[in-house]
Amino acid sequence: MSKRKTPGLNTGAMSDISFLLLTFFLLTSSINTEQGIPRKLPPPKTEDAQDKKVDINRRNVLNVLVNFRDEISVNGEEIMVSDLKAKAKEFFANPSNDPSLPEKVSKPIDGIGDFQVSKGVVSLTNDQGTSYNMYVQVQNELQRAVNELRDETALMYFGKKFDGLDSAAQRAVSTAIPMSISEAPPIDYSNPGK
Amino acid sequence: MSRFRKEGKKETPELNMGSMSDIIFMFLFFFMVITTMREASLKVHFQPPQATEIQKLEKKSLVANIYIGAPISKNENTLPPGEVSVQLNDQTIKAEDLKRDVRDFIGTEKESRDAQDRDRLTFSLKVDKDVQMRYVNTIKQELRANNALKINYAAGKKVVNN
Repeated sequence: MSKRKTPGLNTGAMSDISFLLLTFFLLTSSINTEQGIPRKLPPPKTEDAQDKKVDINRRNVLNVLVNFRDEISVNGEEIMVSDLKAKAKEFFANPSNDPSLPEKVSKPIDGIGDFQVSKGVVSLTNDQGTSYNMYVQVQNELQRAVNELRDETALMYFGKKFDGLDSAAQRAVSTAIPMSISEAPPIDYSNPGK
Repeated sequence: MSRFRKEGKKETPELNMGSMSDIIFMFLFFFMVITTMREASLKVHFQPPQATEIQKLEKKSLVANIYIGAPISKNENTLPPGEVSVQLNDQTIKAEDLKRDVRDFIGTEKESRDAQDRDRLTFSLKVDKDVQMRYVNTIKQELRANNALKINYAAGKKVVNN
């Protein structure tokens, strides 16, 4: 009868390992947040609003059309996605007050003062056969144009980029550079026979 | 004399660390379960498009997901004319029930939030990048008709090197 004592295991490192796992799961679960391009849909049609047609000057509209082959045309001229941002930026900013680009109205804004706000609206039309990827790319480029203009305006008036501003200043800059996209009803070119 | 000396020498007792790992493991399992339970099981293939100008949504609890993509299994309901399913909650919806199902979905999602959070509720469209716009347009039309106007096009972060 030998009386042997089982040696005690050193489990101190065990908690280290499980801590490591814990932090890993904590980090990976928090990274996976919802992200995307937020948009607002126009309110549902009402009877009386139907016949009220908004008269918009031609120069104030940028017609962006994406067809079923994912080709983009801007005011009838075919361009690549990579050129869309510059086009949209020029349209919204209109730096040289070109008469073919949108007019601006002077508007007093808190924190900025009088600002020449563009009346430009992007009219976005897609085909039923347009791929969702291209649609998102177009939305992304338009957003990028506006974001860059907002950054420039923010730097000019507040000395910081848009993201670094407090919410009041952000609101001021957003009013100065509005994000105006209007979506036209989609066209259906690709399957007239079905 | 030596007897006394031996007794005077005190050692600090070793702490028992065995139960420490149990506690940590409990934490670990808790987080593991929480993270896996949130996502509804996907019935459609979903690979988000990549974009640069993405924003994080303010609150996860104020987001309702609508998945659109090619069905994973053959016996899911699809919308005409093609091979695309729309998933609300745990089910893919039938084409003929689309209007009613979307309306009910929006209704229940709004019901389950507090009154002041209802207009902050965002509908995140998780659409596969290869889907044609016709399906997205249909859903958008329904959302608009049911006054669910805050939407989000889910997208992954694109890494740009310029």
